[in-house]
Amino acid sequence: MALKVKNTAIVRENSEIGTGIHSLWIEDPQISKAAKPGQFVSLYTGAADKLLPRPISLCEIKKEAGLLRLVFRIAGAGTERIAGFGPGDPIEVMGPLGNGFDMDGCKRAILIGGGIGIPPMLELAKQLSCEKSIVLGYRDELFLNREFEAYGSVFISTEDGSCGVKGNVIDAIRENALDGDMIFACGPTPMLRGVKQYAKEKQIRAQLSLEERMACGIGACLACVCRSKDTDEHTNVNNKRICKDGPVFYAEDVEI
Amino acid sequence: MNLKVSIAGVEWKNPVTTASGTFGSGAEYSEFVDLGSLGAVTTKGVANVPWPGNPTPRIAETYGGMLNAIGLQNPGMEVFIRRDIPFLRQYDTNIIVNVCGRTVKDYIEVVERLSGEDVDMLEINISCPNVKEGGIAFGQNAKAVEEITAEVKRHAKQPVIMKLSPNVTDIAEMARAAEAGGADALSLINTLTGMKIDIKKRCFALANKTGGLSGPAVKPVAVRMVYQTAKAVKIPVIGMGGIQNAEDALEFIMAGATAVAVGTANFYRPDAAACVAEGLKAYMQEYGVEDINSLIGCV
Repeated sequence: MALKVKNTAIVRENSEIGTGIHSLWIEDPQISKAAKPGQFVSLYTGAADKLLPRPISLCEIKKEAGLLRLVFRIAGAGTERIAGFGPGDPIEVMGPLGNGFDMDGCKRAILIGGGIGIPPMLELAKQLSCEKSIVLGYRDELFLNREFEAYGSVFISTEDGSCGVKGNVIDAIRENALDGDMIFACGPTPMLRGVKQYAKEKQIRAQLSLEERMACGIGACLACVCRSKDTDEHTNVNNKRICKDGPVFYAEDVEI
Repeated sequence: MNLKVSIAGVEWKNPVTTASGTFGSGAEYSEFVDLGSLGAVTTKGVANVPWPGNPTPRIAETYGGMLNAIGLQNPGMEVFIRRDIPFLRQYDTNIIVNVCGRTVKDYIEVVERLSGEDVDMLEINISCPNVKEGGIAFGQNAKAVEEITAEVKRHAKQPVIMKLSPNVTDIAEMARAAEAGGADALSLINTLTGMKIDIKKRCFALANKTGGLSGPAVKPVAVRMVYQTAKAVKIPVIGMGGIQNAEDALEFIMAGATAVAVGTANFYRPDAAACVAEGLKAYMQEYGVEDINSLIGCV
């Protein structure tokens, strides 16, 4: 069974890389060593009134240094508190959680990140050794995009048209006639629906990283389920646990 | 120093269990905590057939607590019996199976099926606020509480704990009804029905609109109800509602609970239940308490 621990990690760096978007480097050699692209950690706010962990995807993993990079958007009081942590501060963290991306066997990958679904694509881009087209969708303001340039061809879409293709990630894919044999995608559910549809149309397999409100983060509470095509072995109904069986699923296995 | 308690003839090595629904059947948490360090493991609700549960979002955080409306998703009793009972039996702890149903017949089917299985106690959930049929419908009417308790008792081979709802006018009346029906013990509180509105999206935070409130925010209500219940009946009471540490657990014990359950705290401290058991020991050492039983209802 994969190692999974709850530790007190140390914050090493915290910077705001976009409006309300924070990049946090934390040191936890145990979790870093076991982590894979597409997995996530639970971060605890340390506040007595905000008890539940915040699931945050892994943006980068530096195993030798024992570091993890977490890039997240301030969505409420809990993430706002985490955004206030500075170098040297302790932070409770549980991980690595979830299954991560299946990186085997693809030759030409299309990586698609939308909004705060972009960060997990960075470690995937680093670790995938095949040819890569990287599609990043933003509302308006860009972040992290420069960091992808070393790992593949980057295509950008913005809703307001201020950079790249005006529209969404699918518009950018169509406009640039991108092709591949595996899609990896993370982003808001409407985007993932669009990706699933596009992948079906083009007969490309797709791995989608889903999100849902979570409590335990380890598969016990059944808060974060998604509808699955087949009866799930564990739950014996058509529900999969996003935190434990996912967050990454093959598009054909889930109904979104 | 004695931490052992006895509930309906079942001996627990310490008075700490897990609250149903917060711990699965223990497998996920066994990576973080030795299940053998608990007096009992109480499983998530099990029905006669698989239940898919409610749409998502199923949870929402609230100040010092959370709302849930999972809707009793469970794999049904056959998978539970085949997979989860043998798993839990590996550990030196009591197994309490929480039983849910839509009709009395559903409950009885599970209770009868479990009668030949190696489990120590049954906890009958007549208090889930998140399902339309069954659950709380049985728990808010004293006559219904007495009838379903008596019916379950007629078929049960193991001692029966009735889990009571706090969403009632008079908890003592419900407690007495369960006792009159023949319950061997009572557990409370289940969650308090609540609601949260997402003001950014202008909609309900939960797909089910309402959910059950749990966590430290509910503890004073739970302690009060445990006190009133323990005063009203002679059978043992298992207290729960917002317990995070041994100090919280001691409040329940001193209010009259023979044992306690740790629930929501598992979500942010996966070893919370084991820490409560350890903390009780530390308290007894510090205050020179020889027997935990001497603290039950001592206020």
